Amino acid sequence: MRYKDVFSIIGPSMVGPSSSHTAGAVRLGLTARAVFGGMPEEAEIVLYGSFAATGRGHGTDLAIVAGILGYEPDDERIRDAFRHAEDAGMRVSFRTAHRPNTHPNTATIILRRDGREDSVTGCSHGGGNIAITGVNRFEVKFSADYPTLLIFHEDRPAMIAEIAVILGRAGINIGYMEVDRVSRHGSALTVLELDQEPGPDEIGGIFSLDGVSRVCVIPLVRKT
Amino acid sequence: MRFSTLSELVRLCEREGVPIGKLMLAEQAREADEPEDAVFGRMHDYYQVMKEAVRRGIEEAPVSRSGLTGGDARRVSDYLEAGVPSLGPEAGKAMAYALAVSEVNASMGRIVATPTAGSCGIIPGVFVSCQERFGWTDERMVLGLFCAGAIGYVIANNSFISGAEGGCQAEVGSAVAMAAGALTELRGGTPEQAVHAVGLALKNSLGLICDPVAGLVEIPCIVRNGFGAVSALAAADMALAGVRSVIPSDEVIGVMLEVGSRMPEAYRETAGGGLARTPTGQKIARDIRMEQRNEV
Repeated sequence: MRYKDVFSIIGPSMVGPSSSHTAGAVRLGLTARAVFGGMPEEAEIVLYGSFAATGRGHGTDLAIVAGILGYEPDDERIRDAFRHAEDAGMRVSFRTAHRPNTHPNTATIILRRDGREDSVTGCSHGGGNIAITGVNRFEVKFSADYPTLLIFHEDRPAMIAEIAVILGRAGINIGYMEVDRVSRHGSALTVLELDQEPGPDEIGGIFSLDGVSRVCVIPLVRKT
Repeated sequence: MRFSTLSELVRLCEREGVPIGKLMLAEQAREADEPEDAVFGRMHDYYQVMKEAVRRGIEEAPVSRSGLTGGDARRVSDYLEAGVPSLGPEAGKAMAYALAVSEVNASMGRIVATPTAGSCGIIPGVFVSCQERFGWTDERMVLGLFCAGAIGYVIANNSFISGAEGGCQAEVGSAVAMAAGALTELRGGTPEQAVHAVGLALKNSLGLICDPVAGLVEIPCIVRNGFGAVSALAAADMALAGVRSVIPSDEVIGVMLEVGSRMPEAYRETAGGGLARTPTGQKIARDIRMEQRNEV
């Protein structure tokens, strides 16, 4: 069943005009913000396909910026997101690009602050649903429909087992996982979609594992 | 969910002696592993968003972000007050309210996707106008939304609900069918009658293409929401009068899948055909692109 419940039919509550081009775009921005861990000084946004062609008319540009500001998809400040970004001291730039074999509603969001940079690529495929397809150099896939952990670590034996033990002891079930690495023994990214919210103990425990450099929590479970 | 077709849904309701709305509320609570009042509360919140969108669309007459549309709900509403509409005042109001919510959507206001943003006017148009007319409580309307959701759930999982996948029949067509079935139940029809209303309504929108001018959810989407609300009233009346969908509603949903699957890409929200490719449609698209370039 593609649609699992009544609220995937009646809902989400959202700011128009398009669930894919507006509500989904807000969620892409929110996900990028969660990966980055707060407000950037600068946001560079690349729009592909239909986002590039009709995105401005649908407010896709405003919606992504609103998400980076931390607004939910039904926040009426979305239409003034550029002004709010300026007030918050965030520089925003847009460009369009072409990339073969990408979903038509795709964007790459690059956030920068204090010499630090994160890049998040994802697509919006209707009804406010999204799929993240890349984080920095890693090709991963997650929906942000579940509490999600992004764990940046060295590629070494038993790493995933140790992470799973910490979560398992807390009674947290892993629904889906994916690992991508730059090279053997190089840096890797493990993405875990969880059935329960991880607490600070679990996140701290994973962060203190040997070889883990960073842990991000993506908390956007509800599509409002 | 314990059902995946409309006939299974009717059988379950008959066996348990409950209307579709109540059954769906219980099913949703089970699916989400939440108490019924939490699930009910979320839907109740959605209904308040719908009512507020109706109010704003009529009172504030918002203009779309592109500037192409806006104010039609107010125009129809003023016309209803000034004269005798051919539709009659009640159907006229459903039409005005549906236009209102769609215009709020196009102006980047808050709406509830029912089932999508492009078709967000139809269910509020029918529900809010009928609530005013018959004096129904919000609680009754919320159960009506669960009924509409149950119908939409079956359509979505057996066919489509987005214009990009199945054309406008999938988007506006699904919303009309959901509103028609729910209104039939709200007015005291049986689950079987409600499901006949779904089949009757869907048959009237089979083949409808998705051809938005400049790719925007405005032309013809907004007026199709207005028409859709009126169609839903008509389908509910036919079903309550005892008219049956001779081709069972589940089979009509199958036809929507067949027609949508064969629909050329030009007619599936790409702005590559239909109204979008008319000389005027193309000129509007060019003008909007120019404006955007000038803004940069």
